[in-house]
Amino acid sequence: MTIDLFLFLVLALVSIGTALGMLLSRNAVYSALFLVLNLGAVAIFFLLLGAPFIAMAQITVYAGAIMVLFLFVIMLLGTEEIPGMQNWKKFIIPAVLAGALILESIYLLTSASRPLGLIANPSESVNTAQAMRDLGELLFDQYLLPFEVTSILLLVAMVGAIVLSKPEKAGK
Amino acid sequence: MDWALALEWLVKSLVIIFALLGGFAYTTWYERRALARLQVRVGPNRAGPFGLLQPIADALKLIFKEELTPPGAFKLVFFLAPIMTLVPSIIIAAVIPWGRTVTMFGREINLYLADVNVGIIYLMSVTSIAVYGIVLAGWASNSKYAMLGGLRSAAQMVSYELSLGLTFVAAILLGNSMSLVDIVEAQTTYWFALIQPLGALIFLTATLAEVNRAPFDMPEAEQELTAGFHTEYSGMKFALFFMAEYQKMIVVSMMAATLFFGGYREFWFLRDTLLSVDATWLISGHQFTAWFLAPLYLFIKVVGLLFLMIWVRATWPRFRYDRLMAFGWKVMLPLSLAVVFITATGILLEITTGQVMWLTVGVPAVSIFVGLIAVVFVYRSLWRKYYETV
Repeated sequence: MTIDLFLFLVLALVSIGTALGMLLSRNAVYSALFLVLNLGAVAIFFLLLGAPFIAMAQITVYAGAIMVLFLFVIMLLGTEEIPGMQNWKKFIIPAVLAGALILESIYLLTSASRPLGLIANPSESVNTAQAMRDLGELLFDQYLLPFEVTSILLLVAMVGAIVLSKPEKAGK
Repeated sequence: MDWALALEWLVKSLVIIFALLGGFAYTTWYERRALARLQVRVGPNRAGPFGLLQPIADALKLIFKEELTPPGAFKLVFFLAPIMTLVPSIIIAAVIPWGRTVTMFGREINLYLADVNVGIIYLMSVTSIAVYGIVLAGWASNSKYAMLGGLRSAAQMVSYELSLGLTFVAAILLGNSMSLVDIVEAQTTYWFALIQPLGALIFLTATLAEVNRAPFDMPEAEQELTAGFHTEYSGMKFALFFMAEYQKMIVVSMMAATLFFGGYREFWFLRDTLLSVDATWLISGHQFTAWFLAPLYLFIKVVGLLFLMIWVRATWPRFRYDRLMAFGWKVMLPLSLAVVFITATGILLEITTGQVMWLTVGVPAVSIFVGLIAVVFVYRSLWRKYYETV
């Protein structure tokens, strides 16, 4: 048992445990905190795969910015306590779909073409400085159009949010 | 596993941690003395010479104080919040270089814990998770004042992080690397604060907001929120918040020194003298490089930047909350975007024409001009509001 595999197994336990904790806890703030831990565990997975840039971006963007806003909204609205689940029947179809996805990923992971060890053990070491440069060049060269379309989409969403949140002036 | 390497890392980590702990103790003393001088008082001067033993007396007092946990508090989070505030302020120092390579005990020792390629993004991610401790402290206390403080700090830190991140980009562009050692070495001839003065100013302002220092200390505003997020904390738990605040001051000063003020490099006008970090000294027949000057220069810069923070606290009143937000989103964010644009254009012009003048004269001149436009704009908007209300 290599140290990489050991780390992978520990992290896998942590990430599954925190994901379950997020789903099962009755308090929305605890759920959000479990999600932060889960995102952190995923970031360490990226580190193990030799992609520190993506790991750090994951922490900065998801754990650092988005989850802080989640917490902010939960605390501002004061909706920490989630009432008991009513009417669970309408969740059956999404639950079945999610279960199918999980089964599929388990099948893909355990099938012979992709043994578990490969996941924790990238075949070649990655030069991160070069990798970042390549990432930038790909984004702004080959995938320029999708990149720009995504940014315009985000801009439109932002303008929409500003317009929606603007208070209507009385008497006009 | 190379045990010597592990030992080296252990020693370096301990050096960082103890430097920050000692730094915390004496920053409190420094702040109280400097504030007192700025307000024409004397400050703590009884415990030991010049009051130098005051931090120890404070620590003893805080250790023996009773710790209270308010009823209805979320106990686990209430207990974890001070730790979650303190840890980021220590681990962020791991990537900051405080010197160059030294040969000692027959090994080459780098005077930094880690020179990772993503050093700057590491700084960003750690500053972005530093907000959790304060927000959770506010929430877990089960108190309205603390809650308001926590909410304020969440909104404020997310807003000012944007400008902070964009000024990081200016330093990355000028240094042409994300590794902090490369960025420091790129500042041998000119500090980035000379090339991009507006960027350095925005960085300093945004870090003041990130560490909740006056005039951005909304989360703990005494007059409105008693003590904000740490209202319900006492004893050692309060001491941890106190410690985190001062350690954050130190590490953001280290960050500012590294990114914009030449880090451990000498002052730019000392470049080819004996006081340079690269200089070779000859003492009683032994030749050695002046590596020990590097931490000294970093220390001098950090003390200077700390004084700047204390000076700002003594001089400026607190922002009004809506103006704080307006300033962050309507002034700082556009200005920091302009900083990135101006820096990138300057570098591009320098590469295409081969003239260094674009960087050394063009970029500072344009960015100062843009900054002045912003000052005029802010002044005029405040002026108009004043006359509308009268």
